[in-house]
Amino acid sequence: MSRGPLSLIVALFVCLAVSLFGENFIASNFAYYYDILITIGINVILATSLNLVNGYTGQFSLGHAGFMAIGAYASGSWSNNIDPIIFGYLGGSTSPLATNVCLFVSVLFAGVLAAIAGFAVGVPSLRLKGDYLAIVTLGFGEIIRVAILNTDFLGASRGLSVVGSYTNLFWTYGSVVLCIYVVLSLVHSTYGRGFLTVRDDEVAAEAMGINTTKYKVSAFVVGSFFAGIAGALYAHFKAFITPEGFNFFRSVDVVVIVILGGMGSTVGVTVAAVLLTILPEALRALAHTQFVPPAYQGLLENRLILYSLLLIILMLTRPQGLFGDRFASKRRFIRSRGD
Amino acid sequence: MDRLLEALQQLINGVSLGSIYALIALGYTMVYGVLRFINFAHGDIYMLGAYSGYLLAPLFARFFKFGQFDTFTPENTLFILSGAGLIMILSMAICAVIGVLVERIAYRPLRDRPRLNVLITAIGVSLFLQNMTQYRLGADPKAFPQLIPIQVVEGLGTMTVLTSQLAIIIATIILLIMLRLIVMKTKIGLAMRALSLNPTACSIMGVNNDVVISFTFALGSALAAAAGILVSMDSPSINPLMGNLPGIKAFVAAVLGGIGNIPGAALGGLIIGILETLVIAIGFPQWRDGIAFAVLIVILLFKPTGILGRIEREKV
Amino acid sequence: MVTGGQKAKPGAFAYMALALLALPMHATLAQIKIGAVTCLTGALSTFGVSSMKGAKLAEEDINAAGGVLGQPIELIVEDNGSKAGEAATITRKFISQDKVVAMLGDLTSSATMEAAPLAQAAKISLLTPSATNIAITKIGDYIFRSCFIDSFTGKIMARFALDQLKAKRAIILTDAKQDYSVGLSEVIRQYFAENGGKITNSISYSSGDTDFRTQLTEVRVAHPDVVFLPGYYTEAALILRQARQLEIACPFVGGEGWDSPALVEIAGKSADGNYYTNHFSAADPSPRVQKFVQTYRAKYHAVPDALAALWYDGARLLFQAVQRAGSTDSTKIRDALASTRDFDGVTGRISIDQNRNASKPGVILKIESGETKMVQQVTP
Repeated sequence: MSRGPLSLIVALFVCLAVSLFGENFIASNFAYYYDILITIGINVILATSLNLVNGYTGQFSLGHAGFMAIGAYASGSWSNNIDPIIFGYLGGSTSPLATNVCLFVSVLFAGVLAAIAGFAVGVPSLRLKGDYLAIVTLGFGEIIRVAILNTDFLGASRGLSVVGSYTNLFWTYGSVVLCIYVVLSLVHSTYGRGFLTVRDDEVAAEAMGINTTKYKVSAFVVGSFFAGIAGALYAHFKAFITPEGFNFFRSVDVVVIVILGGMGSTVGVTVAAVLLTILPEALRALAHTQFVPPAYQGLLENRLILYSLLLIILMLTRPQGLFGDRFASKRRFIRSRGD
Repeated sequence: MDRLLEALQQLINGVSLGSIYALIALGYTMVYGVLRFINFAHGDIYMLGAYSGYLLAPLFARFFKFGQFDTFTPENTLFILSGAGLIMILSMAICAVIGVLVERIAYRPLRDRPRLNVLITAIGVSLFLQNMTQYRLGADPKAFPQLIPIQVVEGLGTMTVLTSQLAIIIATIILLIMLRLIVMKTKIGLAMRALSLNPTACSIMGVNNDVVISFTFALGSALAAAAGILVSMDSPSINPLMGNLPGIKAFVAAVLGGIGNIPGAALGGLIIGILETLVIAIGFPQWRDGIAFAVLIVILLFKPTGILGRIEREKV
Repeated sequence: MVTGGQKAKPGAFAYMALALLALPMHATLAQIKIGAVTCLTGALSTFGVSSMKGAKLAEEDINAAGGVLGQPIELIVEDNGSKAGEAATITRKFISQDKVVAMLGDLTSSATMEAAPLAQAAKISLLTPSATNIAITKIGDYIFRSCFIDSFTGKIMARFALDQLKAKRAIILTDAKQDYSVGLSEVIRQYFAENGGKITNSISYSSGDTDFRTQLTEVRVAHPDVVFLPGYYTEAALILRQARQLEIACPFVGGEGWDSPALVEIAGKSADGNYYTNHFSAADPSPRVQKFVQTYRAKYHAVPDALAALWYDGARLLFQAVQRAGSTDSTKIRDALASTRDFDGVTGRISIDQNRNASKPGVILKIESGETKMVQQVTP
């Protein structure tokens, strides 16, 4: 089992190295790709964390954007108020040490707050099943958004400017690595088998003496924690957030990634997150190429027509998702017992 | 007395709003009943219903003199209602066909798959319908032609009830009764109920499940189209994204009433409509979208399968 | 876990997607590139599509007249999908991929708040033709605006209600979802109260709703002298209609968000007797406005709304600044924009003030039998 922590440390060092040596070069010369790169990272965190809830544990949450919103607003207003104090101790807003410490603290704060919210939402609502759970999580997501819309010190509908866009490759991909590591080690641990049993057969799991509620809530709390982190990274990257940015359709985007990647396959979901982040940008590029006859140029101006067709076709031709195999984990489980 | 009248006035506003949610919610709940999945594109069928009416009305405008009557009179009432009724029935037919096509192309190939997969194609269909409509007909809101004269219904004292609101309420009642008759008294209705109870047994008993599912989609889509026309007669502004918000609210209504349960969907729609009106009336309009969900959550926590939903006991 | 065959397919998708990204973006003619970002899809597309049409028309006009600096202008229009976060991505694309010389946009204040800091950091001039939030141009000296700011429109509306309509008691109906409406409402509330009026009630609604009777029932009970409705025409048209149906007789006063032919089409007779402030009137007989209305109508078969006119002007103002700068050097374009004086636009004579905001006259329009009539011209 020592391979796990080792690869985590190695991966984190790779992120750090890339960030130290490549960050400025990419950010200044290829700002567009840099933006896509960070967005990919944020989407991977969102999708893999939702996959723990929707894929591995078999619950259906439609409120991921709500927890992302909590994270974004928590870290945003935290930074706006607390960062100046930290700067005072650590040498001003230009010192890399200070900005990184500020980012770390505010991201952690965001994650914890989102996790607490996840706990508060999860405990009462995870008694519900299937579509009822889906609608309740959707409801919580919407309530969070409406609450922000009515909170004046968070900017209401005018949005909140976040001081300092400190998000960088290290913190983004460090969080990606951490998120994947946590999800994988959770589901592959002895403890984590519980998530899969809850998904595969809740009644049998109960009969075996597994506390299914405990598993569901812990999956939900971990999922919310990382959604909060993703929100915080987003807030510190775009430096401006609005409640409309975290509406129901944002949650749907993440659900699409999870299902398209293959429920319960971290590799698949990661690949899907990368592809579905690149796809709209690729369609953007396609709209400007000269290869398309002028008659269809107008069609391409509306990227969503092509995007929606691709979604339908992809799902019809690969219904199990890109890497999905619903019973992969089950088979693996049987195999490992045989070892 | 004034307070009471105002409350009554708001109640009528709420009922007319709720009727629309109810009509859309019925489509969600019927599809859920037979296929156990949420048809995300349903709100867009509602939008297409409104657009069908918008495109059809000019074809019949000369014959039925749309927009030329300012008031209902005993002589013209039947004439006006048959004109509006024709547009409504034609739009319902068009949307029924679209609904069946959508099911055939995008949902049927995935029927044996986990139903979450169908959710993705449904989201895809929804995006496609919205953006194709925007591409063909423009993103700007269109003025829906006036099918019936809008006037205040007389004889209600200081209360203001419009003919269009009354049309919504009456048409909803008629459609609900017809739906009830179809589901309870016809063979196909019996097949629908059987299918929702147990698909395998249903097909063993000689029912062609595909036909029943197609019929369910046709029925649900027709009701959504009717809702689209009724809303547009009352608020004559239609745009390609008009289905999003009512779609979500109707979905909430269907779950509130107990998804899969037809009277439940109607009840859920009415409750959400009245509740939203109430929230606005007591002075918290900005919480409108949130409070419907809050009440839903509270109800689900005490009654986890909705108000009229039955508990499906899991078999081991 | 997965077989090789299954792996190959997603790999192919990835390859396709990457290949698309690497496609040659644009023809490599010597052109002056200007980036424009607006909402072509999603919730705000009705406004965004208008704005794009206006900007595209300006591009055609200038290229028909020989372009600027002897080169044709290429206006690269990108869609932000009405989604948060996209405006920033697009701005980075404009700066690093397309190497634009200046930027036009975004449509809304919130999207512009994402784009402006990036443009400022890259020292690329950004001109927004329609974002009204005061905070935008404070971001830096490369950020300009060619429309009114909230405080100007709000004051005109409140002043007009006080002086011309002799209103004492007013109600504000705010679209809580739109930053434009919220910002404008605040200014009206403050100014109206400070100058002797009384806001008896502030009621909100949300864009996307179609039934406003509950809010209007409250208005009816309160009997105000005037109702401020600083929202977009999409909802304003239905609100006006439902207000008249509920027999609310007092005038409604709106902002530039009302301006669209759709307002009168949808509201019908109910629109009559109401007022709104605007940048221009499509019925203005001046040749400049009529020529614009005609070319717009010939190309798009529709009457231009305020957003089309604003973006047409914004784009032309930007092109003209590049011409005056004499080169595509970013500092020179910035200076040329800052020194814009008396630019002859269809939305009025525009000068850029020291805060990089537009200073131009506004008009107050009254809707009478479906036509707009100018009742007052207001200079800043």
